[in-house]
Amino acid sequence: MTTITPYRSPVQDGPDGFPQLLHAEWTKFRTVRGWVIGMIVAILVTAGLGLFLVAASGNVSCGVSSTGGGSGPVRHGAAACGPPPLLQGPAGEPVTDSFYFVRQPLTGNGSITVRVTSLTGVPPGPMQPGLMPWSKAGILIKQDLSQGSAYAAMMVTSGNGVRMQWNYTGDTPGLSGAVSAASPRWLRLTRDSDTITGYDSTDGAHWTQVGAVHLAGLPSAVQAGLFATSPQYIAISTSFGSGNVNNNQTVATAVFDHVRRSGAWPAITWTGGDIGPATEGIQGFPQGYHQAAGRFTVTGSGDIAPAIPGPGNGNEGHEPIGFFLAGTVAGLIAVIVVATMFMTAEYRRGLIRTTLAVSPVRGRVLAAKAIVIGSAAFVTGLAAAVGTVIVATGEAHASGYSLWPVPWPAELRLIAGTAALVAVAAVLTLAVATMVRRSAAAVMLVIVAIVVPYFLTFTAAVPAVIGEWLLRITPAAAFAVQQSTPRYHHVQAAYLPGLGDGFFPLAPWAGLAVLCGWAALALAGAAYLLRRRDA
Amino acid sequence: MSLPLSAGQRSHRAWPETLHAEWTKLRTLASTGWLLAGAVALTVAVSTAAVAAAAVAPGVDLAKLSLTGIQAGQAVAVILAVLAISNEYSTGMIRVTLTAMPRRHTVLAAKAALVGGLVLAAGAVTVLASVLAGRLILPERGFTPANGYQLLSLGNGPDLRAACGSVLYLALVALLALGIAAVVRDSAVAIGTVLALLYLFPIAAAVVSNHHWQRHLEQIGPTTAGLYIQATAGVHALPLTPWQGLGVLALWAMGALILGGLVLRFRDA
Repeated sequence: MTTITPYRSPVQDGPDGFPQLLHAEWTKFRTVRGWVIGMIVAILVTAGLGLFLVAASGNVSCGVSSTGGGSGPVRHGAAACGPPPLLQGPAGEPVTDSFYFVRQPLTGNGSITVRVTSLTGVPPGPMQPGLMPWSKAGILIKQDLSQGSAYAAMMVTSGNGVRMQWNYTGDTPGLSGAVSAASPRWLRLTRDSDTITGYDSTDGAHWTQVGAVHLAGLPSAVQAGLFATSPQYIAISTSFGSGNVNNNQTVATAVFDHVRRSGAWPAITWTGGDIGPATEGIQGFPQGYHQAAGRFTVTGSGDIAPAIPGPGNGNEGHEPIGFFLAGTVAGLIAVIVVATMFMTAEYRRGLIRTTLAVSPVRGRVLAAKAIVIGSAAFVTGLAAAVGTVIVATGEAHASGYSLWPVPWPAELRLIAGTAALVAVAAVLTLAVATMVRRSAAAVMLVIVAIVVPYFLTFTAAVPAVIGEWLLRITPAAAFAVQQSTPRYHHVQAAYLPGLGDGFFPLAPWAGLAVLCGWAALALAGAAYLLRRRDA
Repeated sequence: MSLPLSAGQRSHRAWPETLHAEWTKLRTLASTGWLLAGAVALTVAVSTAAVAAAAVAPGVDLAKLSLTGIQAGQAVAVILAVLAISNEYSTGMIRVTLTAMPRRHTVLAAKAALVGGLVLAAGAVTVLASVLAGRLILPERGFTPANGYQLLSLGNGPDLRAACGSVLYLALVALLALGIAAVVRDSAVAIGTVLALLYLFPIAAAVVSNHHWQRHLEQIGPTTAGLYIQATAGVHALPLTPWQGLGVLALWAMGALILGGLVLRFRDA
């Protein structure tokens, strides 16, 4: 019997760890010229579209006006040209600040207490409610009479009980329930240096502190008094291809009594006046106040709240920077095509058999490919987002277009989020391509899953109800990372993606998590099929 | 034994034979049937969902609303058209095809005629089903004659125009896709390019706040202009008449086919 020695290659084994696999996949990606060009096209298309959108939007004004230099809104020379400038609050955020104010100066520390017995609106009509849920009236301490100055207020609202609000964005709930003569609400504001404390009570004897806020730099003499205001009624109708928003003024009328003050109030009488441009109110219900036997009836219209961007909210012509990332969807198509071919090219050329012969642990091949394409897409998305922000901001400055101010953490999230969105979408595409193997089917599936829902909602091609759901459950939910400005629960507005406002139903990272969930699901399916099927 | 055909006879018979050969190739692909069925199903599903979610509001265009699904279904028509050409390139079949039928324009024309015809047929089914869904569901959503809304009816001039126009729209989108696929050859790149063309113009038009630019983008975009054909309300406010809009799409399709024909003619397969 002869023993047979199996043949052993005299060549030493090469390293076959995961880093080598990664390196091999990276070489495959890097050396296909079309794929690298595809990624560059993605960057150029995204930034180019952003530049075009700003340039096209910037021409709204008649003639190019010079920028004021530095940050802040650009003020156009002639009032008739372009959109009106943005009003900014103490923290620099755009705000709405218009209401009817019956006030006196208050010097130093002091307090004001009132009882509110009623809050009513005009008789409601078929297309118009009497009051909005956030129609409000109460007492307010304000830095001065200019719009956008710091304030703190205690108020009753039509649908949200007693609230303490301050500096536009702050809001704390107090007593719940509506106000009426049978169930009045007592409100008190106390000023102690820079701190303003709000209290509420149902009987004027037992008080509960609602909140204490610190208004930095409050001068010694402030304006304090009674106010009433009521935001616009917004009716949104989205029909195929177009969205209509109807805005109508509403007015709120509140009745106050038991007005008591402590501290130094140098003026003898109350002064009533509009904060912000004098509005007529609704015909038959003009803004103003009436005082008789210690009872004040105050009627006002407007809102004291952060402003919400978008033409539906009366803020056309000032879009936040995230809005100009709309080109991402075009760049994403290029990335999806590249990510698909990164896998399907292996099947088309039969290279997959070589790949799997070299690295028989199939899950590792998929992981290496996902890491390579995900990283390449992340860099592409990052370059596209940074490029867009830079060229769009530059073009806005050059053409006198006033961007909606966005704080830097939000801007950072827009950029990082966009890069993550592109990266995860590429991994999802790779996984889908592994499962279906055919380029056409993979590209189509991913585009239908990500681009089409975004398209249908953004162009208002489907009713808003469907659009909201599409942006919750489909991978397109991830575009929520591109929402620049927050949604405020205490401001009723047209928070829509479709009308150029750029609002999404999910929070930014929650939206990205939806896409990650889809990608994880697809990767699991791809790993399973890759292992179980012949290549 | 049949005699070899003379040169004159051969050229005379080239067109029907090419058409027949292309038809056999298209017919025997499993994907063709699935894609046509998918286009119909997706379109009708999206249209029905849009109709079922509609709420009475001023200015709702019922014909347009009940044909919403065309916007999603066009994507499937695009794949069908792209695969008709790119499949041949991916398998190398194109070399056999061009050897057997050296008149390259005729090959492309035959493909265009067949893809266009198939999409027209599927489009007709789709549009009829969508209009039927609209007619049945819309009155339940409050769009009744009592509320001032006419029932959808193909006997009504504008509604008929919207319905027929949507069928033509789908066919023209397919031809546009065919032309681009002949230019770029790879299925993934072709589908990406066509869908970017289709979806980018409406998104840009929705985002840009300058009305002047918005009108321009809508006028030149293949989807935005082409879908003017679905308008039955506020037609006079549109930047183009419905048929002019469809004409813009036809120009896109023609341009893509001519470009595809030139590339096919002058580039090695």
